[in-house]
Amino acid sequence: MLNHFPILQVIVPLLAAPICLLLQQRRLVWIFTTLVSAIALLISFQLLYQVQTQGTLIYELGGWQAPIGIEYRIDALSALLLVLVSAMSTVVLMGAHKSIEKEIPEDKQTFFYIAFLLCLAGSLGIIATGDAFNVFVFLEISSLSTYTLIALGKDRRALWASYQYLIMGTIGATFILIGIGLMYMMTGTLNMHDLSQRLPEVVQTKTVFTAFAFFIVGVCLKLALFPLHLWLPNAYAYAPSMVTAFLAATATKVAIYVLVRFTFTIFGVEFALSFLPLSELLMVLGLLGVFGASIVAILQTNVKRLFAYSSVAQIGYMIIGFSLGSQAGLKAALLHLFNHALMKGAIFMAIAGLVYRIGATNLEHFKGVGQRMPLTAAAIVVGGLSLIGVPLTVGFVSKWYLIVALLEQGLWPVVALVLMGSLLAVIYVWKLVEIAYFQTPSGELSPNGNEALSPQDALNPQDAFSQREAPWIILVPTWLLVVANIYFGIDTDFTVNVATQAVSSLFGESP
Amino acid sequence: MNILEQYNYWVVVCLMMIGFFIVISHGNLVKKLMGLSVFQTSVFILYISMGKVSGGTAPILDQAYSVFSNPLPHVLILTAIVVGIATTALGLALVVRINEEYGTIEESEIQQKDDREC
Repeated sequence: MLNHFPILQVIVPLLAAPICLLLQQRRLVWIFTTLVSAIALLISFQLLYQVQTQGTLIYELGGWQAPIGIEYRIDALSALLLVLVSAMSTVVLMGAHKSIEKEIPEDKQTFFYIAFLLCLAGSLGIIATGDAFNVFVFLEISSLSTYTLIALGKDRRALWASYQYLIMGTIGATFILIGIGLMYMMTGTLNMHDLSQRLPEVVQTKTVFTAFAFFIVGVCLKLALFPLHLWLPNAYAYAPSMVTAFLAATATKVAIYVLVRFTFTIFGVEFALSFLPLSELLMVLGLLGVFGASIVAILQTNVKRLFAYSSVAQIGYMIIGFSLGSQAGLKAALLHLFNHALMKGAIFMAIAGLVYRIGATNLEHFKGVGQRMPLTAAAIVVGGLSLIGVPLTVGFVSKWYLIVALLEQGLWPVVALVLMGSLLAVIYVWKLVEIAYFQTPSGELSPNGNEALSPQDALNPQDAFSQREAPWIILVPTWLLVVANIYFGIDTDFTVNVATQAVSSLFGESP
Repeated sequence: MNILEQYNYWVVVCLMMIGFFIVISHGNLVKKLMGLSVFQTSVFILYISMGKVSGGTAPILDQAYSVFSNPLPHVLILTAIVVGIATTALGLALVVRINEEYGTIEESEIQQKDDREC
C-alpha cells in the first residue's frame, strides 16, 4: 500500500470526482469532498516523510520501466508542494459549504465540488509526475476545471473573466506543448530524468533554444508574471470567494513549480539562466511586477481585486529569487511560494467570511467591519502584516532569505527596491485597515448588507450584532491559516529545512 | 531548395500565426475560439510531421516492412486533440452563457457594458 502512495495521491481525487455525481445530498457531497481532500493531505504527509527518510521516490506506472513507461517521481520539492496544495484544498473545503451555499445556485453546487476535485487532482498530478507530456495533460485538467470554477461566480463578469482566462490559459498551455514537442524532437524522450541527461548533447541547437523560449513564455502566462498577468485580477475578483482562496493559494504556485522543475531539473541552471539573458530579464520583470502591481493594487476599490494585484506583486518576489539562479535565491523563492500560499489563503478565506455577511467586496462596504466582525477582520490584518513582511509572520522569513540571497551577489539596488516594494504593500494594507477600523459603518448596514442578513438575524435584532461574525465553519479554517502564518513565522525549522533539502536535490540533479 | 524541403514546418508556422492572429485581432468571441482551434491544430501537425520517417510505413509488425514511422507522437497528439476539443467545447459553452447574460458576443460591447456598470 505504501508503495502505491505516489499514484494514489492523484488517483483518489480524480476518481472521487465522478462519485460526487452519485451522491444526491449537497451536504453529503461536501463532507465526501472534504474527506477525500483530507485523505490526499494524509498521503502527501506520508510521502514527505518517506522522501525525507528514503530520498527520491520513483513509482513506475503499470510496472513499465521509466523511459518507455510513465513514472511518477517525488523528491523533496514535489513532496513539499503536494503537502501545500492538498493542505490548502482541505482548509478551503472545510469552510466551503456555507459560503458556496450562498454564492452558487443550488443545482450547480454538486458541479462545484466535482470541478474542485478535478482541479485538485490536476494540480497534484502536475507536481507528482516525472513525464513532461503528463505535465501538459494534468495542466489542462486543472485549467479546464479552473475555468468552470471561475465561471460559477455570481456576477456576470465572472463569465467574461473566465473566457479571457480560457483564451490566455490555452495559449500558454499550447506554447508549453510546442516546447515539449520540440524537446522530444531533439531527444526522443519525454521522461524528465532522461531529458536532463540527453539534452546537454544537443543544448546548443536552435531547436532547444526555441523549445525553451516557447516553454518559458507559456509557463509565465500560467504563473501570471508581470506583463502576462492580465487574466488574473478579473479571474480572482469575480470567482466565488472560496475558489479565489483556493486559486490564490495553489494555481500560480503550481505553475512556478513547473518553471522550477523544467529549468533546474531538465534544462539545467547554466543553460537556462546564462546562455540566454533570462536571469536579467526575469529580474527586471519581477521588479516591474512588484512595483506596477503594487501601485495598481493601491488604486483598487474592490478588495478582491486589490489582493489579486498584490498576488501579482508577490509572484514578482518569487521570480526575483528564482532569477538569481543561486541556491540561496531558489530557497528564498520556494519559501516565499509556501508562505505566500499561507497568507493569501488566510486573507481570501477571511474575505469569503466577510462576503458571506456583507454580500459585497467593495471597500466602502467594509466600513467598520473591524468592530462588527473583529475576528474576521483581524485575520485579514494578520495576513496583511505577512504580506508586508513584519517580523514574527511568515512574510518576514521569506523576505529575509530573499534579501540575504540578493546581498550574497552584491545586488544592493535590488535590495533597496524590494524593501520599497514592501512599503507599497504597507499602503494598500493600511487602506483596508483604515476603512475597517477607523470609519464608522454608514447607517446600520450597507444596502447590500440587508439582503445578506440571515432570517434568524432579522428575527432577533439584539442578537444580530453578535451573530454578524462570519459563521464558525468559515472562521475556524481561516484562523487555522492565520495561526500557521504566525507559527511558521516563528518556528522556521520545518519550512526552511524542506526548502533547503529541495534546493540541494535540485542542484545535485541538474547536469 | 532547402526552404521547400521542410515545407511541413512552414505549414505549421503559417497555420500557427494565422490562428494566433485571429485570436488577437477579432472581437467576436466565437471567431476567437475558432482562431484558438486553428492555433492548436497547427501544433498537432507539428507533432505528427515530426513522427514521420521518410520511406517508413505505418507501425505494423510484419516481416515485409522494416522502416516505421514513430507512433508515439501520434498517441501523444491524440490526447492533445481531446484536450483541444474539451477546451473549444468549454469555450463555446461560456460564449453561450455570455450571450445569455450580456446579449452580445462582441468583445467591445461587453467591455462597454462592464464599464458602464462600474
